[in-house]
Amino acid sequence: MSDNQISFVRTHMLPEAPPPVAATGVVKWLRENLFSSPANSLLTIVSLYVVIDIVISAAPWFLNGVWDSPSLSACRDILDGNVGGCFAVLSERWNQLLFGFKYPSELYWRPGLAFILLFVAGAPLLFFKLFPSKMLIFTGLYPFIAYWLIWGGSLLVPVFALLGVLLGAFVYKRTVSASAGMAVIAGFVAALIFWILSGFITAPMANVLAIEPVPSRDMGGFMINLMLGVVCVSLSVPFGIMLALGRQSSMPIIKWICVVFIEFIRGVPLITLLFVANVVLAYFLPPGTAFDLILRVIIMITMFASAYIAEVIRGGLAALPRGQYEAADSLGLDYAQAMQLIILPQALKISIPGIVNVAVGLFKDTTLVSVISMFDIVGMIRGPILASAEWNGVYWELFGFAALLFFVTCYGISQYSQWLERQLQTDHR
Amino acid sequence: MKRTVFLGALTVAGVAAGASAAATLDDVKARGKLNCGVTTGLVGFAAPDANGVWEGFDVAVCRAVAAAVLGDPTAVEFVPTTGKTRFTALASGEIDMLARNTTWTFSRDTDLKFEFVGVNYYDGQGFMVPKALGVSSAKELDGATVCIQTGTTTELNLADFFRKNNINYEPVPIETNAEGQQQYLAGACDTYTTDASGLAATRAAFENPTEHVILPEIVSKEPLGPLVRHGDNEWGDIVRWTLNALISAEELGVTSANVEEMASSPTNSPEINRLLGTEGNLGEMIGLEADWAKRAIAVGGNYGEVFERNIGENTPIGLARGLNAQWTDGGILYSPPFR
Repeated sequence: MSDNQISFVRTHMLPEAPPPVAATGVVKWLRENLFSSPANSLLTIVSLYVVIDIVISAAPWFLNGVWDSPSLSACRDILDGNVGGCFAVLSERWNQLLFGFKYPSELYWRPGLAFILLFVAGAPLLFFKLFPSKMLIFTGLYPFIAYWLIWGGSLLVPVFALLGVLLGAFVYKRTVSASAGMAVIAGFVAALIFWILSGFITAPMANVLAIEPVPSRDMGGFMINLMLGVVCVSLSVPFGIMLALGRQSSMPIIKWICVVFIEFIRGVPLITLLFVANVVLAYFLPPGTAFDLILRVIIMITMFASAYIAEVIRGGLAALPRGQYEAADSLGLDYAQAMQLIILPQALKISIPGIVNVAVGLFKDTTLVSVISMFDIVGMIRGPILASAEWNGVYWELFGFAALLFFVTCYGISQYSQWLERQLQTDHR
Repeated sequence: MKRTVFLGALTVAGVAAGASAAATLDDVKARGKLNCGVTTGLVGFAAPDANGVWEGFDVAVCRAVAAAVLGDPTAVEFVPTTGKTRFTALASGEIDMLARNTTWTFSRDTDLKFEFVGVNYYDGQGFMVPKALGVSSAKELDGATVCIQTGTTTELNLADFFRKNNINYEPVPIETNAEGQQQYLAGACDTYTTDASGLAATRAAFENPTEHVILPEIVSKEPLGPLVRHGDNEWGDIVRWTLNALISAEELGVTSANVEEMASSPTNSPEINRLLGTEGNLGEMIGLEADWAKRAIAVGGNYGEVFERNIGENTPIGLARGLNAQWTDGGILYSPPFR
């Protein structure tokens, strides 16, 4: 044993050496992600070339862009043969792109304020963990405030509309113990009667507490897209939930009404519904009946979106294990309680990506209103702006601007929905 | 019970519609505004400017009628219509008249139950080619690729023209004028065909308009004019004779500059006097004040002035008068006499 000596024994630790250059930092990341194999290296180089090529060819268009010029031909004179965008059309017509060409320019602050308040009103709904629930009172008031700001007129109109809603809710509360279905109908009828009666009061008092009214026909631009998108999405989610539950109902009449409605609306293109709203309804209504065009379009788009959202939510309901329904029953919960406390919270969570998908698609579909001669942002571009003698021929700048606005909004919605999914995640992955 | 109420409501609505259709003039006067259908935007013919004020050749007709009827050229509610919604808007009573570069055809006049009150622009289908192509006549376009809007009468006219001349072409279907413009500039087609006024407007927007020529052949008749509903001939007369007043004013030398002076006292031309209301009772005959035509002319001048300001040779669109000159100048504009 003694001759079997260990020739070397390390008695102290070596100091830590830095990792080899190739296994750390940028070089490591590059090697792993971009140059891991000859084929990948080749792809990297080719894509790099393409990206640089695009940037180099597009950069002068942005950098040489003309922001101040009265017309396209003047723009071309300034550019003098160089490549460059004529962004002057945006700086001259930005107000038309955002608000339409007839909204009075001294009143732009009103839809602007309504837009900012939208975030205040939406915050407690969208970020319910971060904001006090008392802010929901403002959310409830917001539709009436926004209506008053955008359309103007007497303050009494939205106030009486609000009172009608409150009355309906009160009647519902008082009768709900007898029968939930009858309570809904009773509340609705009470509100309707109140609105009709209040029409006699508000009509002669149109100038009481009034701000300058703006008719629907004068609205346009991105404002219309946002209004239609926000109103229709927020209305179609509750309608969609009702339709989805109705379709699963055991009561045959309700079930069949829902099935027929959903299948009919889903089988008809949105553009057809819009034409019906614009053209066909005009034949049935007596001339001079000012049934607001925006209201007609909101009804049609909401119907369309509710049918789709109903199917998305039905998917969520179907994905729940049967045990969840049975557990609710075994706890002795009635239908409303079971849905409210057990089924819907889970089903809606599953449905979020689908609902957001419909919402984003719907928001972009609002540009279809340009075919029924409403001047939303695309209608503004295709109609008045491209038809003006000054700006006929400017395409990339205008449609690029519209695409940018839509991208920012839709990307925001999509990011929010991913955040919401992470917030609601309760399973253990 | 419910059904009877509903049917009753429909009947009332129908009766109301019939009643109101019969007296458009009273409706317009009661409303204080003329509802005039225009396009959603066509260069030179109708488009709102940076301040949202509608301008253009078709718009001028609406303003003239509003001035004649209501005495105020700004008392017009412009209702923008697309090619698809224009006829229903007129038929349903949403608008009182339509001035939307609409071609006067047999079926529109009879089957759709409209009344074209005249022609304010004689258009026709033409061809545009790059100068570099070296073509000077549409008959030399054998084998050419042609950008053509699908589903329009221009498509049918094109086929007719090439068949008649026994030459071939290859169509490149496009959807809108904007698309046609891009395709043509990108070289996807040798020639672009649409109404000559549209070609001129399209060419005006090019970076180098001089590199493109519009060929002399006009292969179709496209008389564009304002129209009203069937069933109210008095209203149709008002629109018709307002248009005629503008045309006659040019023929008689009445302009926006001298109309006030000529209308202040009778001139030595009896027809001018009758037109401007200083003699006779023409205004009374169509239910308007005596100076109705004077007001219509004072808005934007006579037909020639309106033409020059909106689409004439000094505008970017640069259309020559051509067929739209007075009959005394070799054109076919010919207003019946004011007598």
